[in-house]
Amino acid sequence: MDVEEIREGILDILKELHEDIDFEAEEKMVDDKILDSFDLVTLVTELGEEFDVDITAKDFIAENFNSVDSLAAMIARLMEE
Amino acid sequence: MFISYHFIAFLLLLFVLYYLIPKKGQWVLLLIANFLFYFSAGTYYPLFLLATSFTVWLAGIMMERRDQQWEAYNAQIKAGDIPKPTREEKKKKKAAVNAKKKRVMLCCLLFNLGILAVLKYTNFVIDNVNVLASAMGKKELPYVNLLLPLGISFYTFQAVAYLLDVYWNKAKAQRNFLKFTLFVSFFPQLIQGPISRYNDLSETLYAPHSFDWKTVRFGLERILWGYFKKLVIADRISVAVVMLMGDPEYYTGAYVLIGMLFYAVQLYADFTGGIDITIGIAQVLGVHVEENFIRPFFSKNIAEYWRRWHITMGTWFRDYVFYPMSISKPLKKVTTATKKKFGMAGARRVAVYISTMVTWFATGIWHGAAWHFVVWGLVNGVIILASEECAPLYAKFHKKFPKLVSTWGYRAFQVLRTFLMMCCIRLFDTYASVRGAAKQFVHMFTRFDLSAVTKQEMIDLGLSVQDYVILMLGVLLMFLVSMYGRNGSVREKIAKKPYVIRYGIFVLLFFAILLCGNYGIGFDAQQFIYNQF
Repeated sequence: MDVEEIREGILDILKELHEDIDFEAEEKMVDDKILDSFDLVTLVTELGEEFDVDITAKDFIAENFNSVDSLAAMIARLMEE
Repeated sequence: MFISYHFIAFLLLLFVLYYLIPKKGQWVLLLIANFLFYFSAGTYYPLFLLATSFTVWLAGIMMERRDQQWEAYNAQIKAGDIPKPTREEKKKKKAAVNAKKKRVMLCCLLFNLGILAVLKYTNFVIDNVNVLASAMGKKELPYVNLLLPLGISFYTFQAVAYLLDVYWNKAKAQRNFLKFTLFVSFFPQLIQGPISRYNDLSETLYAPHSFDWKTVRFGLERILWGYFKKLVIADRISVAVVMLMGDPEYYTGAYVLIGMLFYAVQLYADFTGGIDITIGIAQVLGVHVEENFIRPFFSKNIAEYWRRWHITMGTWFRDYVFYPMSISKPLKKVTTATKKKFGMAGARRVAVYISTMVTWFATGIWHGAAWHFVVWGLVNGVIILASEECAPLYAKFHKKFPKLVSTWGYRAFQVLRTFLMMCCIRLFDTYASVRGAAKQFVHMFTRFDLSAVTKQEMIDLGLSVQDYVILMLGVLLMFLVSMYGRNGSVREKIAKKPYVIRYGIFVLLFFAILLCGNYGIGFDAQQFIYNQF
């Protein structure tokens, strides 16, 4: 699975959470509180299911969840591990 | 501990020595000061602190060693020193490394939380067992007399945060045991926090510091402001609070409301005052300690209040209980199962709901080993979740009446509503039983009679007219300082004023404490409320 496919998968999940937000344009989804705790927790489960990775507290930092790109980078790294 | 002539003398001596000795030795002097301070609080207290420091320090090093082994293994693969493993082999190796690391972390966590649990909650458990035993007609267990080291909850939480940060690779392990002990035992924050993170505190704690008059002056100003709040306001009003809460049968109806308001003043002045002293002492020493309050009584809802009140405790529970639990494997399974049955709306809520209530249960019991503290925590959790559910309704209302919600009056209404709600929730913190708190809450409405509040009754609470005047002026001053600090540091603003005003405020504050503070021979200064935790 390449990074573009990962990004598409992430965007689908994010759209399911909030269809009215243009997530591709967002760079600070956590810092700007676009994603709340409900979203973040759901996102961890959904991403884990979608990409068969285990996102743990170690990866649960704002930098990893701030943008679609940072999410994709984290998923790619976890898939690699 | 902060309120004694001995402590002031200890501080002055420390400040002088700190800047006289070679900078390399400053952190060692601080370590010695920590142990002197802690030893004076209780002969055996340092032993508990050392046990926590040693086990967590050792665990940190052991966990980091596992990471280094993993890195060395990867380096060997890269260099071609060992044959390239398959993905499965590498996964297996990684799992083995992680399992070892987890074992170390769990052993250390259980040991330290175990000490806290045994010392703090044994009698609570016995109490509950005895209720069951007496209901079944069985023999009751005797209570045990255990030592509860000063600030054990605070230093244990600080050490646990470090342990988990190293486990999650969010912090590097400190190799020097003495330096690590300094982090756990930093005396200004031993009594009531803030609960600092290793990455934040270590930056300035071990660094050499040159004497900088502005920093020292700011620190001293903060200490004075803290003593003002504690000695002039909190300890003055505490007499009345004790009376009001101590006799709920007599002080009912309108007096519940008065008690709630008085306790809000006492708690705010006591806790923020104590933290001002802590941060001020650290600042004089050149050490940066995180803020614990951001004008909490100006919050517009309860979730916001908890982001501005006792911030380091809130973020501790968020980072080390709420989120790790919400994204734990069992709750991920629950979320997935809920989505299948109830769709995304249910999946979004389930893990957060469970974790929120567990977190608030833990927050409640952390505040005290009694059911009324647990109920206090759970009520907070329920209200936060209910507000979250009502958020779309509020959003609709705000959209419908954009002019109204942007008015000063509406914001003031939100602030007052939050303040009064928090005061009501705090009844579970002030009265010694859940039933007592609930009864008083009801009586506040059903027995409300303002005519019962006479001048003589108010004087009988143990406060003179002069005390009420001082309290009103003190509260007004705290309010004005909060307002003044909304858009920048109050001390920075004062520093820009002419010399006379700048030092005049300093001198005025000093004399206000000297003349209006509750202290002196024969006066037993009140323990800080958060000391008990």
